Amino acid sequence: MRVVRGVPNREVLELDYSLVAEVLTRFVREELAVRGYERAVVAVSGGVDSAVTLALAAQALGAQNVHALSLPHRDSSPESVAHARLVAERFGVRLETVDITPMVEGYALQTPDLTPRRKGNVMARTRMIVTFDKSEQYRALPLGTGNKTERLFGYFTWHADDSPPVNPLGDLYKTQVWGLAEFLGVPDEIIGKAPTADLEPGQTDEADLGVRYRRADVILEHYLKGYPDAYIVGLGYTPEEVALVKRRVNRTHYKRHLPAVALISSTAIGEFYLRPLDFRIED
Amino acid sequence: MVRHALLQLKPQKGRVSRNLEHLQSALLKLGDEGIDVAVVPEAFPTGYFLQGGVRELALEADELVERFALWHAAHYQDPLDLVLGFYERDGGSYYNAAAYLELGGRGLVHLHRKIFLPTYGVFDEERFLDRGHELASFDTRFGRAALLICEDFWHTVTATTVALQGAQIVYVPSASPARGFGNSAPANVERWETLARAVSGEHGLYVALASLVGSEAGKLMSGGSLIAGPEGEVLARAPVFEEAALLAEVDLDRIPPVRYDNPMLADLKAGLPLIFPELRRVVEEL
Repeated sequence: MRVVRGVPNREVLELDYSLVAEVLTRFVREELAVRGYERAVVAVSGGVDSAVTLALAAQALGAQNVHALSLPHRDSSPESVAHARLVAERFGVRLETVDITPMVEGYALQTPDLTPRRKGNVMARTRMIVTFDKSEQYRALPLGTGNKTERLFGYFTWHADDSPPVNPLGDLYKTQVWGLAEFLGVPDEIIGKAPTADLEPGQTDEADLGVRYRRADVILEHYLKGYPDAYIVGLGYTPEEVALVKRRVNRTHYKRHLPAVALISSTAIGEFYLRPLDFRIED
Repeated sequence: MVRHALLQLKPQKGRVSRNLEHLQSALLKLGDEGIDVAVVPEAFPTGYFLQGGVRELALEADELVERFALWHAAHYQDPLDLVLGFYERDGGSYYNAAAYLELGGRGLVHLHRKIFLPTYGVFDEERFLDRGHELASFDTRFGRAALLICEDFWHTVTATTVALQGAQIVYVPSASPARGFGNSAPANVERWETLARAVSGEHGLYVALASLVGSEAGKLMSGGSLIAGPEGEVLARAPVFEEAALLAEVDLDRIPPVRYDNPMLADLKAGLPLIFPELRRVVEEL
């Protein structure tokens, strides 16, 4: 008699990236159209998330309808700037460079005790200001580049990286962004390098977070789907990793919401008065 | 043969007049196809996700009938049957409904109000809508039919009930956000096909699924409309995500021989009285 054993269930992060790319290009096109836009602006950091976003935008709208922005500060890594250029060339999108040093340093001069971390956040928010101004200049909607892992960890500058109105990658873990990047032909040196926010010299995401993305993503997916900690540990993750991931998620829920508003009435917006963001009534 | 068109169309949120005109224009483009019955997805006149906006956009059934009756009279010589999902207002109550209209004939033939209102995950229907309480098959010009809306069909007891009532074809307007991208088709599309094939094959009837398309604030409605035949086979399948008119002939005369060779429905009628006391006990204990 042949004995066939089932294997314990485990969530799989692997996706059909051809289907995902089709869905996300359609998403970009339709969500822009509903807002009356045919063009997009993408701030390109030289990292994999913005590279994938640029590739999707170029596929969805045509490269001529996408504005790529390189927004370096004098302390940015030269590699980041070079990779931003490489990505724009690969996907045939014109790259405009705006040096944010004078904007950031104008504030820094008045703020002698500005720490590197705070200055990094000023850089991120300065990039947001430039991106939205370029949006108005070109009548092109900013696309967000934040992935699901960093959103769940709250690992982004609030009201900066998360500010664009349309974000194709926000429900993809970093592991899945890498998979999609390979499918879309993002250059290998960008996929293979250590992810960094590049807000401080030598910074890397995984050192900041204390856990590797590929391990964090598996833990996150099982946690979000209701698997108990012991089950996740049984898959080969340490109790410390599981605890770290859960702590990061549960300390940052506020960063995934609009600000808390004191509820006074029975028509409080978003509490009683509920309309989806695309709601409208015929004019 | 009953010529069907499943119109997998993309509404613009809240633009009811524009959407109805879009539907009418699509029907007129199919003027030479000799369509007997056109089937339109759930919530097509408004879009699916409205939250509290249902109160502002729901239509009365009479209003809907009137809008289509005038349009039909202006463009058609022959009757046209239309199955249409819409948010319905009836006095102070709001429903996720579907109408079977015989345009150029009896007008409103049947109105079904969705019974199973998904209120979990991305769905929040019961917060904003009332439940329907009736499940009935009805006679059309062509045969006996029933309407089930989206999650109504995910509980196979509903299709079983209308099959026992004599339904030969079940129309299913739906709106299903695409999710699950591990395979070449979205997981929800595969689930719908599995369900439609299982139900049609079990009871020896036709299932016509009309599924919405379009992005609603990031929720990409999947489409993938289909018609399944009485042997559980897919007769025609629309693409995912894009607007399409799926045309298919429905041959109700195939049902008796298929049921003769595979008498699952007759077996159910014979066996149901045996399990019914237990079913009733379970229901009474709910």
